[in-house]
Amino acid sequence: MSAEPLTHLRRLEAEAIFIMREVAAEFKNPVMMYSIGKDSSVMLHLAIKAFYPSKPPFPLLHIDTTWKFREMIQFRDDTVKRLGLTLLKHTNPDGLRDKVNPFDHGSSVYTNIMKTDALKQALNDHGFDAAFGGARRDEEKSRAKERIFSFRTQNHGWDPKNQRPELWNLYNARIKPGESIRVFPLSNWTELDIWQYILMENIPIVPLYMAKTRPVVERGGQWIMVDDDRLPLLPGEKPQMKSVRFRTLGCYPLTAAVESEADTLEDIVAEMLTARTSERSGRLIDHDEQGSMEKKKREGYF
Amino acid sequence: MNALTVNKLDTKALVDYLASHEKKSLLRFLTCGSVDDGKSTLIGRLLYDTKLIFEDQLAGIERDSKKFGTVGEDIDLALLVDGLQAEREQGITIDVAYRFFTTDKRKFIVADTPGHEQYTRNMATGASNSDLAVILIDARKGILTQTRRHSFIVSLLGIKHVVLAVNKIDLVGYDQAVFDQIAADYKAFSAGFGFETLQAIPVSARYGDNVLEPSESMPWYDGPTLVEHLETVDIDSDLENRPFRLPVQWVNRPNLNFRGFSGTIASGTVRPGDAIVVARTGKASKIARVVTMPGQGGDGDLAYGRAGQAVTVTLEDEIDISRGDVIVPAAARPEVSDQFQAHLIWMNEEPLLPGRPYILKLGAKTVSATVTAIKHKIDVNTFNELAAKALPLNEVAVVDIMTQEPVAFDAYSDDHAMGSFIVIDRVSNLTLGAGMIDRGLRRATNVHWQALDVSKASRAGIKHQKPAVLWFTGLSGAGKSTIANLVEKRLLSMNHHTYLLDGDNVRHGLNKDLGFSAEDRVENIRRVAEVSRLMVDAGLVTLVSFISPFRAERQLARDLVAPGEFIEIHVATPLEVAEARDVKGLYKKARAGELKNFTGIDSPYEAPDNAELVLDTTRFSSEELAGQIVAYMAEKGYLSFGPDYEI
Repeated sequence: MSAEPLTHLRRLEAEAIFIMREVAAEFKNPVMMYSIGKDSSVMLHLAIKAFYPSKPPFPLLHIDTTWKFREMIQFRDDTVKRLGLTLLKHTNPDGLRDKVNPFDHGSSVYTNIMKTDALKQALNDHGFDAAFGGARRDEEKSRAKERIFSFRTQNHGWDPKNQRPELWNLYNARIKPGESIRVFPLSNWTELDIWQYILMENIPIVPLYMAKTRPVVERGGQWIMVDDDRLPLLPGEKPQMKSVRFRTLGCYPLTAAVESEADTLEDIVAEMLTARTSERSGRLIDHDEQGSMEKKKREGYF
Repeated sequence: MNALTVNKLDTKALVDYLASHEKKSLLRFLTCGSVDDGKSTLIGRLLYDTKLIFEDQLAGIERDSKKFGTVGEDIDLALLVDGLQAEREQGITIDVAYRFFTTDKRKFIVADTPGHEQYTRNMATGASNSDLAVILIDARKGILTQTRRHSFIVSLLGIKHVVLAVNKIDLVGYDQAVFDQIAADYKAFSAGFGFETLQAIPVSARYGDNVLEPSESMPWYDGPTLVEHLETVDIDSDLENRPFRLPVQWVNRPNLNFRGFSGTIASGTVRPGDAIVVARTGKASKIARVVTMPGQGGDGDLAYGRAGQAVTVTLEDEIDISRGDVIVPAAARPEVSDQFQAHLIWMNEEPLLPGRPYILKLGAKTVSATVTAIKHKIDVNTFNELAAKALPLNEVAVVDIMTQEPVAFDAYSDDHAMGSFIVIDRVSNLTLGAGMIDRGLRRATNVHWQALDVSKASRAGIKHQKPAVLWFTGLSGAGKSTIANLVEKRLLSMNHHTYLLDGDNVRHGLNKDLGFSAEDRVENIRRVAEVSRLMVDAGLVTLVSFISPFRAERQLARDLVAPGEFIEIHVATPLEVAEARDVKGLYKKARAGELKNFTGIDSPYEAPDNAELVLDTTRFSSEELAGQIVAYMAEKGYLSFGPDYEI
């Protein structure tokens, strides 16, 4: 009938769908982390496909650091409404009370409190036993060894030396009460795969990925967007209008923009194919100290 | 500054280019080799030469090369792939890492697996999802013991395509004779491994010779470069031509009008109208629809589905199907059996013990199982067959397995998805091993239980009791037998029908061939559990007084009888107290080293987590405790059973 093998994108798609169905069948109370970025958009799209005509049998969870770009929040709310899904939101109340922010506390303390701790709180509050994340193995070196089903202790800790062997597509979903599994259905996707898939499937993404003239300041050799008046300007800094876009969307102002004219999906993919810097270079948290991602993961970061 | 300036390409060229990239196929391969063969350097080279390394990463590597590097002032490409801090400090790779690169023809996923002996399980992990293996050899060293081991595992996991990368060829002066000798040696020794393609390539990962570009230093080599070969090697399997198999992962039931079965097609193709059966039950129907999501990138209903696709099928009839079932063609069914032979790789420090209950995950099916026999171990270096009573970490054996209920499978050599399984520990939930099914041992459907006219219920009914196992567990000298004796006397005086199985007594007869090693202890308990099951079937209240130190075996005994028929009684005398009593003088001997494997001294006791009764012998007398047990039985309705008792 058909001698053509499935294309790499169709194989990646089938793998992700398989993983999601395993989780839906084997866990009592799964949740899908939704961070609004392009990887989350792809993951959500795959979930819709995996369970069609049913709705995905789990809610979405957004850890709101309160430092997301306004366009992201707008996109999040529109998406949830369009798809008729359940969205849970959580912000660390301690961090909110102490007014923890990236400027006064530094990116490392801020990330720890507003992201890692907040995530643990939300997982504990709801008693989730499995949480989907959109992380990919090509993002960072310590991610390259991450399992698809990543086992976490009762304290959400990750021990790279104590992960279960993962053979074929036989994922071991058995856990004791309080333990949990982080599940990464996009493990084997690369940034390029993500963009090609978005293009192929026509998946809606946050407009910040497209180049547009936006107010930015230059800081530490990177372009930081002035999204609202919470960004304290340093002496001599003056917002200027530049055509920029984001390759990765984390927390404002921890995510830097790049100068770009790419304002269509095709242009973005073309830019990707000629890019000479990795997308995480726009994420300031990875540069804090050597092995910083590995350290964060041990503490319970996604 | 991360300024990216891109000339707007002309749209048509761009669209064509993207389309060609979308149509690429995927090749998954693993790299394996001994320590210092240069695996990480080779993968670093592949990423570097295929331009998958970004400038900021390269800057990081230059910084790290000065700190950790092993190649002097050059950029150490291995640092690109050695991820975790611990291994960077030790200069070794401790876990499977996945890497990605792409060329115009294919996308590649590389499993970088460690070469150390103790990490064999990682190699099997990497191999399980690979179509091809790149086996590295140091040109200076030739074929080593580890090369043999790696090749064996690659073949065991059913990989059909191998590249022999003879690395560090620069260090032997690009000598053709060295390469030819290694290639010939390897070809001879791997002849029995069933590789469909074997390509030997002389390379220098450090300098890039024959990795992406042909080497100028080796004009004598006219074969493909590594990347050329990886791009073009034909890895198409015949999965699509095999019979249809759909392991059901999830029952899709959004509303009363739709009942679908979701799963990934393991092999074959499926069309609406195909006659199918459920492998386990033989229930038949026809495929109504092959559903995927319509619109927005989805294809909607498919005219046919094929191996590798994640689909949802609906049937023309309502038949009972649940997760773990396999939908198959009526005319080409898989084997359905509760006994099969398999190759098993053990991946845990705790050895595999025959008779111990484990959990098997086979496709979407999870089932309780035991290894009934280790036929033989295989020495992975010499490939010799060896006798074994247990299977330690990183060893491979051919075993017979019995599952608690029949499962559907095909031989692993025919269909990996239908013939592979993992072994999971019942208590710790760790993945302990990985197996590949060779063949069914006999069809379970041919071995019917003898249906008997007189039932357990009728036997129990005339005794006016509900049969049960009272399982006394605890340390030697805890008081198990004393209390069990008292309970039996009381029950007898109340006209109940009982039998007492005592550890010491059974070891004089039924189990006199067994010693006290871990595997013999497992078998000891297995036999007693089976006997007590028969006793319960006879309608008796069966008292079992055994140290039974391992949770897994007590669970086995519990699983053999119906829910409610197993009463676990933990005689929880602390070690100090039991040792102080030392009625039989055994603790003294054990402490003196005259008794080996003595529970509590040099062999562990795993206390029950959920015993029905826990007895405190430090606060109550044996008489009082016996009274507590009889009271429990009366209260739970074991002792007052009329003839209307239904089981």
